[in-house]
Parts: sequence; C-alpha cells; structure tokens
Amino acid sequence: MAKYPTEQLKCWSKAKELREEFYKNFAQAKDKGGLRWMGSAWAFDAVPSGLGEDVYCVTGEPYGATCAFDRPLSQKFLNASANYGFARDLCAYMRNYWGSILCNKYALGGKFPKADFSWSQHICCSHAKWYQNACELEGGVPLYCVDVGAGAYPPFEPEMYAHRIKYVSDQLLEGIEWLQKVTGREFNDELFAKAAWNDIRSTYKWAQICMLNRATPAPLDEKSIYSFYVFGTLQKSNKAFADFYDELYDEVKDRVDRGIAAVPNEQKRIMTDTQPPWGFLKIYRYMEEWGVVSIGSLYTFGLEGMWLYDDEKHEFTPRPMPEQKPRTREEICTMLADWHLSKPEYQHFYHPEYKTKMMDSIAKNWKTDGIILHYNRGCEGLSVGIAENRLGLIERGNKVMAYEGNMGDANEFDEAATIKRLDIFMESLGLSKPA
Amino acid sequence: MAIEQFQHWYENRHIYQKDWKKRTGGKMIGFFCTYVPEEIYYAFDVLPVRILGSHELQDVTEPHIFAMFCPFCRDVLAQGLKGKYNYLDGITIGQSCIHLRQAYTSWDQHLNPGWSHYLPMPSHVQSPSSVPFLKGEFELLIKKLETLTGKTITDADLEKGIEIMNQVRQTMKKIYEFRKQENPPITGEEAMYMTCSQFFTDAREWLPVAKQVLKELETRKLDRDPGKRLMLVGSENDDIAFINMVEHLGETEAVGATIVIEEHCTTTRYFWDETQEKTDDPLKAIAARYVARTPCPSKDWPKRTRLDRILKFAKDFNVDGAIVLQQKFCDPHEADIPFVKQALEKAGVPTYFLEFDVTTPVGPFSIRVEAFLETLETEDDLFD
Repeated sequence: MAKYPTEQLKCWSKAKELREEFYKNFAQAKDKGGLRWMGSAWAFDAVPSGLGEDVYCVTGEPYGATCAFDRPLSQKFLNASANYGFARDLCAYMRNYWGSILCNKYALGGKFPKADFSWSQHICCSHAKWYQNACELEGGVPLYCVDVGAGAYPPFEPEMYAHRIKYVSDQLLEGIEWLQKVTGREFNDELFAKAAWNDIRSTYKWAQICMLNRATPAPLDEKSIYSFYVFGTLQKSNKAFADFYDELYDEVKDRVDRGIAAVPNEQKRIMTDTQPPWGFLKIYRYMEEWGVVSIGSLYTFGLEGMWLYDDEKHEFTPRPMPEQKPRTREEICTMLADWHLSKPEYQHFYHPEYKTKMMDSIAKNWKTDGIILHYNRGCEGLSVGIAENRLGLIERGNKVMAYEGNMGDANEFDEAATIKRLDIFMESLGLSKPA
Repeated sequence: MAIEQFQHWYENRHIYQKDWKKRTGGKMIGFFCTYVPEEIYYAFDVLPVRILGSHELQDVTEPHIFAMFCPFCRDVLAQGLKGKYNYLDGITIGQSCIHLRQAYTSWDQHLNPGWSHYLPMPSHVQSPSSVPFLKGEFELLIKKLETLTGKTITDADLEKGIEIMNQVRQTMKKIYEFRKQENPPITGEEAMYMTCSQFFTDAREWLPVAKQVLKELETRKLDRDPGKRLMLVGSENDDIAFINMVEHLGETEAVGATIVIEEHCTTTRYFWDETQEKTDDPLKAIAARYVARTPCPSKDWPKRTRLDRILKFAKDFNVDGAIVLQQKFCDPHEADIPFVKQALEKAGVPTYFLEFDVTTPVGPFSIRVEAFLETLETEDDLFD
C-alpha cells in the first residue's frame, strides 16, 4: 500500500544522455584530433583539462561497473584477464578493464580506444598497479599517478599538516610538467582553473543532494542514486556534470518540498556499504517490495561528495566550498589537494574506526532502521576494515546484516542465498514478506 | 656453532623479548612492516621488534578481518589477540599494503598497549616529493617518541641509529656473499633464520653473533649436495617448513635444491639498501633510504624497478630456477607476478608459481617442487 506519492525523476533521460556522450567522446576523441587519457575515478581529473578542450577520459571504476552490468561480456573480460595470469581475487573492476584491453573490445561498442597517456591516483594497493599494467598491456602508454596516501584528515588527525598537503600538491605540479612533456602541449592555467572549480562545485553539490535524502519519505532510492553519483566518478571537473548536479539538486529539493517519495510504501530505511554487485541490482527492487528504501551509504555519499565529520556533534555535513577561487597554478593545486584529502572514502584507509563513526552518523542522521554491509570480494580498498565496521556499528546499537559478493565478478555472488538473508533481515526489522 | 643461535632466537622470540625488557628496563615497540624506520627507534634506545605470524592455525581473527585478506595479516593479528605480545610498550606500522594495515588497526583498536603510531610512508617513491614528505612524517614520529620515552634526541643519536642498522645490513650482505659459492656453506633455511632472528632481537646483541657466523662461514663445509640453485621471489615469507622441505628433497628424491637467494620483505627487500652516514641532515638521509630501497610492489610504480634487482640476483647468485610465491590474496604481488615471470623467463630463468597460506601443504608442495626441479634437469623437450 502506497503511503506517499511518487513520480519519475524528470532529469533521468538527461542523465542517460550525458553518460552516453561521455563514453562516446572518449571513443571518438581521435576523430576530432583530441587526446585520450585513462585513470581512476579518484584521479585529479581537472589537471589534464589544462591541456585543451579536446581532452577526453575514461575512468576505470565506472567503466568496470559498466562491464559488470553486462554479465556475459564481463565473463569474457574476466576470463581474458585470468588467462593472462592475473589472480581471480584481484579488483574486479581492474580485471574487467584489463580484459577489455586484452579482448580489444570497448564495452560501449567497437574496439577498445587506446589512451594517449594515463593520469591516475593511488591510495589502495591496486590503483597505480592497475594503470601500470594497463599501460603495459596497451603497448607502452606513459603513466603518472598521484599518491594521496598522505594521512587522515581532521578530526581523525589533530590537524592537516602542511607537509601532507604539499606532498600531494607538489605531485600535481610535477604532473603538469609531465603532461606537457608527454603530450607536447602547453598547459593552459585558465582552463585548469575552470575545471578545478567545477570539481569543487560538483563534489560539493553532490553532498548537498545527499543531504536532501534525510527527509522522510526519502526523495531518492539508492539504485537511482547510483545513476547520478556516477558523474562524480566519470569526471567531476566536467562543467556539464557540475551544471547537471545543480539541476538535480533543484529537482530533488522540489520532491522533498512536495513529499514525493522514491519508494511509495516506505516503511523502513536502510543504508548500505561499498559498491553493490552491479549485475544484481534487482536486490534493491526486491527490498522495495517489502517497503524498504535504501537511503544511500557512505560509499555513494562520500566516494566523490565532499563532507566533514564533526566528532563532538556526531554530525556529517557537506564541506563548505572554499571562500575564494584560487588564482595561480600553485594555489589551485593546493586547494585541490586539501579538498580531496578530506574525502570521506579516503579516511578508512587509515583506521576502520573513522569509517564506523561516519557510518553511524549517517545511520542516526538519515534515520535508518538497519545497515547492510557488502563484504565485497571485488574491492579490497573499500572492504578494508569492514569486519571492524560491523562490530563497531553493532556496538553503537545498529542492526547490521552482512552478505558476501563481488561488485564486478558475478561468479562470486550467490543470489539465492543473499535473498534468503535479506528476507531474514527484513523480518528482523519487523516487516512481513509481501504477498 | 654460532649459526645455531639464529634458529634459537627465531623459535624463542617471546622468551628473548621478555628477558630483554627485564634485563634492560627498556621500551619495546612491535612493528608490522619493514617500512618502519628502525634507525629512529634505536636513536631513542627503544627496541623495534617485527611481528610476524606463527604459522599455526587459529580461529580468532574472523570477526576482525574479512576472509579475502591475506593469511599473513590474519596470522599477525592472531598473535596479538592470543596475548602473545602483551609485553609490548607500543605498536607501529609504516604504510604499505592495506592488508597488513588491518592487522595493525585491529590491534590498535582492541589491544592498544598505550602507544601507537601510523606512519604514512609515501607510495610514490619515484617522485622527488617523497623524501621531504617522509622527513616531515619522521618529525611527527620523533615528537611522538618523545612522549613515550620522555627523551629528546640529537643528530648524533640518529647517526648512532643509522650506524646500528647499517652494520646489520652490511653483515647480512656479507653472509649472503657466501651463498654465491658453488656449494654454499649456509642453507636457505639458515639464512632465513638469520634475517628473521634480527627482527626479534636487539641488533646490538644480534651483531656479535652474526660477525662470528661470518668468520665460521669462511671454513664451513656442508656435507650435502646443493642440487639446483633456486631463488624465491614474492610476498612476505618466513615459511621455514617449506624451505626445509625444498632443501631436503635431495635426500629422498633424484633431484635436490638449495635456496641461494630470495626477494622477500623478510630478506633482501628489508636489508639490501643502506642509509647514507655522516650527512648534514641524518633525518633526510633516513627518509631517502626508505624511499630508495627495493620497494614493496605496492610502491613500485610507474616504473617496475623490482625487476632489475630480481634479474641481477638471478645472475649474481647463478640461479637455475625461481619459485615465484605469494601469500594468498596478496594483491600487490598478484599485480606484478605475470610480469615478474615474463622477465625471468625472458632472461632464461624458469619459474614456478606457488600460493602460500598460514601453513604450507608440505606433501603436495613437495611433489610440485620436485616436478619443477625435474624440468630443470631436462635439457631437451620431453617428447623430442
């Protein structure tokens, strides 16, 4: 029985178009005389924008998720990667990506477009190795990665030490010199400044959009959130994406004002953790049949959205945008370094307790009734410390369910067993199985 | 024989460490990874001891670490959860792989002995920005050690720490030189006891024994056929049972072997590179050493520099074959292994891959290693 009114999101088709155009631009970059680069969703993507307006990228994590969504295709890619000699327990996005190169097949059609260079970042053990190997498999593509493993951000450390920000900003400055060298292009600081500000805009606005999901009923369900958060992972410095988030914010705000629900029979609210098993998103629709809405997760909120955690108030709120725009290349690099080092999804790499605190704050402030943890065999980076998160969340009074799976390798997800587990968990929340 | 002392220390690490504390009244810090700057701890007269696994099955880590993480990190955490290290004054880690970080952070959360320090060791070690960053981190570490010890240190103290650790490294390298001989006077098993025992003991007590061993090796002859000369390459490894099995195959089978060199963080990645002594800035010199050492594969990018060292070892130690091994689920090594194998095979070194767990299935592994050794014996193709 519907408790709340619902309606389709008006900007849905625009989101689809933007995403398709993004992948098409990468494939067709050479037709326009442009450049292609590959790298992580967490790469400082504003930097290569200084090389010109005809520079296009593909980011490996959303690309890997796209592969995983098409299970038969993904299986081919995973097999190719295993046949080359890569272990089957490595990052599933990475294996899909390498398999794509090895099969010379672009998941969105045609041959795999070879990048001119790789521009990435490194925090989990796999990030730089991903592109080191991709560059080698593509026959020798130049690689630059920025190490962001410079320590946790306050309040998890007493202060943000200057040498830590400098380490990252200096790597960005070195990277700009490197980009000019490998492309032969002159770097345009004006284009860089614009892209960097779009990065700040989009990552700030995404957090604002997620804040709106504190409302009851929730205006967005997590399956839809996946379709929107992806823009931050594709290219957060892209102006069209930053503008789109402004539009999306207005629409979601309007839904909150009018009491429009994502799940019309919302009875219980849950949050999740880490990437979902992309080939099995139907589990979210299954939970909706029970009247359960997943309001999001630290993953969807904080993978690209920028937040600050307040230890005293146990609050988790969007990080305010810098008060003024930076003027010089050095200032831009420092701003980007400081901004991104505060990324919520970086903090658990230093201690699981930091993530537990942020997750518990989301659980309390977004009024969830339960938490579902995906023990994701496909991503060691986001599942590091997850067992301690489980213990910590239970200690703080949350109802927690865990299931094991893999975001990008369907062989490691047991659908029937997971559904059974969900049934039991939802019953434990006081819900009855729908007729 | 002095060499037997290494095995004694390895097998009785807890007895030694408890006794050391009793004898000296000093502070002892457990470290989880070789990216911890031991020089700085020695400058404070604090004893750094590495925490390795016990190679015993356990059932205490499952609630704390997701099962897809490496057996080594779980084995290490188990040591803490079972109370084996309850005499430590603190724990520390130098940022390296995220698997071992879990052992450290769970230990920190549940068993914190009152002092702990997470050192964000840079991963972009090929960047010039790494050394100043690491020096900044060392300055924070020093402040933290001041709170532990109530002491301050000078550059002379740092030079003392550098000298101690360099002596350890130089002595280990000299001992490794003997392994280049046609019939090495030291086995791979003994060499592993030698390097690992240093993790567990005060370097100032380990060094005189190691120097005595150096003298004894000059005249030592082992009554065994060395068989094929093997190199081990890969993850953390102190699996003595495996090495023992490999080096005893020749007693029962047609082919035998000796491990003559390894590329592990329990051996050469740990000690091969020294810190520059007597510079104007000893802290910077220590930072430069940890940045420039043979890297863990998680830090070996954009260029894969490990390969040069591996290939040089293969040549210098005249190896017949290499066993490429990894701890199960060890992502950094898994990402490198196809390329390590390719490079070795291109250089004419046959390779064999094995995946390690907390305990080694010695029976099945002996059959596999024996088969590998037999392929090294066969010069022509089997079906020619």
